[in-house]
Amino acid sequence: MIEFLEYSVLGLLGGGVIALIALSFVLVYKSTGVVNFAVGEVMMLGAYLYYAASVSFAVPPWVAFAMSLAVISLLAMLVERTVLRPLSGQPTVAVMMATIGMASIMHGSIEAIWGGDTYQPPALLPRTPLLIGDIMIPGAVLGNFAIAALLITGFLLFFRYSRTGVALRATASDPVTAATLGININFAARLTWMLAGSVGTVAGVLISSSAGLSPLFASAALSVFAAIILGGMDSILGAIVASLILGLVESLAAGYLGGKSRDIVPYLVVLAILVIRPYGIFGTRTIERL
Amino acid sequence: MRTGVFYETFRTEERLWNSPASKWWMLAFTVLLFTLPLWGSKYLLAMACIIGIHVIATLGLNLTTGNAGLISLSHGAFLGVGCYTVAYFGKMGVPFYLTLPIAGCIAALLGVIVGLPSLRVKGIYLAIATLAAHFILGFVFREWTSVTGGVQGASIPRAQLFGYVLRGDRDNFYLIFALVVILGIAARNLGRSYIGRALVAVRDRDISAEILGVNLLRTKLLAFALGAFYAGVAGGVLGYFYGAITPDYFALTLSIFYLAAVIVGGLGSVLGSIFGAIFMTFVPEALRLVANTSAQWLPNVAGLVLPMGQVVFGLLIITFLVFEPHGLTAIWRRIRRVFHLWPFKT
Repeated sequence: MIEFLEYSVLGLLGGGVIALIALSFVLVYKSTGVVNFAVGEVMMLGAYLYYAASVSFAVPPWVAFAMSLAVISLLAMLVERTVLRPLSGQPTVAVMMATIGMASIMHGSIEAIWGGDTYQPPALLPRTPLLIGDIMIPGAVLGNFAIAALLITGFLLFFRYSRTGVALRATASDPVTAATLGININFAARLTWMLAGSVGTVAGVLISSSAGLSPLFASAALSVFAAIILGGMDSILGAIVASLILGLVESLAAGYLGGKSRDIVPYLVVLAILVIRPYGIFGTRTIERL
Repeated sequence: MRTGVFYETFRTEERLWNSPASKWWMLAFTVLLFTLPLWGSKYLLAMACIIGIHVIATLGLNLTTGNAGLISLSHGAFLGVGCYTVAYFGKMGVPFYLTLPIAGCIAALLGVIVGLPSLRVKGIYLAIATLAAHFILGFVFREWTSVTGGVQGASIPRAQLFGYVLRGDRDNFYLIFALVVILGIAARNLGRSYIGRALVAVRDRDISAEILGVNLLRTKLLAFALGAFYAGVAGGVLGYFYGAITPDYFALTLSIFYLAAVIVGGLGSVLGSIFGAIFMTFVPEALRLVANTSAQWLPNVAGLVLPMGQVVFGLLIITFLVFEPHGLTAIWRRIRRVFHLWPFKT
């Protein structure tokens, strides 16, 4: 029983960080319709920049974190302008391949600059573990969850109440009408990419400071597709709920079926959902018209 | 100077080689290709074999993704299925002219299963479904040790033809390019038939196609089955060519490589598949060559080849998508038109 509780708590807390990656993905998909296969690499690049700033330039961790956020936002802006805007309106496969191409460029550059070694970036958060009854929760896991929860709540409030957030939602639901009403949709797209890049960076820094940093880091993000599909690709709330569920399922499967199941459980979940309920738990059910 | 081809009937326009000039060029090229083992160097021959295998696989993916518009990220895994099938049956002593079709058929069967979600979902959802299928197949390759040999890999016995053992690149070259020619012409002919037109109709607007009487279920599954069949055959000859294979070869990067080849070559065109496969095979080689020659000035350049290859790969995909979405075929057509219309301006 204790074992089950421990796996569940760890899984749920781990799910919080998965939710950040999922959020980075859903933000882009929801407002621009682009499926970003480069999420993992953005995450990794952010984490490497954080490492480089804090170790090579010896600045305090929080400053390094801010620097890496700034650089990633700038890069996201650049990519949106030079690659994604010219490709708007192209078939899905073209845009998807463009993000894969970006992922490849980032992955290659990271390997060329930092090599294949594993680094240990400095922790942003204190590492004191927390004991609840007999269950021990590592401090990093708890801290990561807290930051993720804070950030996600912030985003939900931003989209719900702020003027810019409403403008972003309007652009997502109908770009043409939004443009007629005076919303700058190019700005909306740019802002979306910057936000998504920043969220990815936060996820990358949080995960890497507890799990270490190597070029294999990005592949962790691929299993996030399971969460996104489960929650519905265009629903932020869905992504969060599904990430928590996925974290729980993954942790339980790894605990009881062995670590190897981690490779395959998310994908079995994906296939099952796509066949049974393709629009996910919270996604919009689209009706096709001619 | 040939300013254009004048068609008098629809039938002549539909012909495989619609002008005498293209027929002669094709013949000359084929002769040149099949005498390559006589004049080419060892390196060129090995490269040609690899390109031939890539061409077969790319032709298949171009049918699924280019013609029918169904994104498949599990193409690399289908190659693996073909390769392991050949390894399994080859060890039982089945000759290659049976193992290769069997490999194709088993891959096609799996393609149909992987394609099943395509009936309910499309576009990006389908891409993710095939991604999931890819990882599940990869898991099977690693864990089903009795058939695939697990992470240690499997060895594939040499192909035999009536007691004659195909060893070395030269013998395999003829096997590979015989298949390239057969499967290439088959793909081209498919494009002219009812099936090819149905595939294109499904790509352009699947609901309209269904209203016009195209059986959506059958066409989508057929597109997956055809693509996977080509991949299975390509995987089979890959096995014969290398002689041994590990599951690492069939990583996600292989699927992405073929998607890139399709995009760089030109979606929905047989010529594009060929151009794309050649181009994408030569670029990393060229990069390696540059690295080798510059190694005397930059001693640690060897470690940079692989990462830089990834960067170049990504740049190529994005450059083609942004500046030449129709791929190398479009460039080829433009060049050809210049020569046709010379001395007039195009």
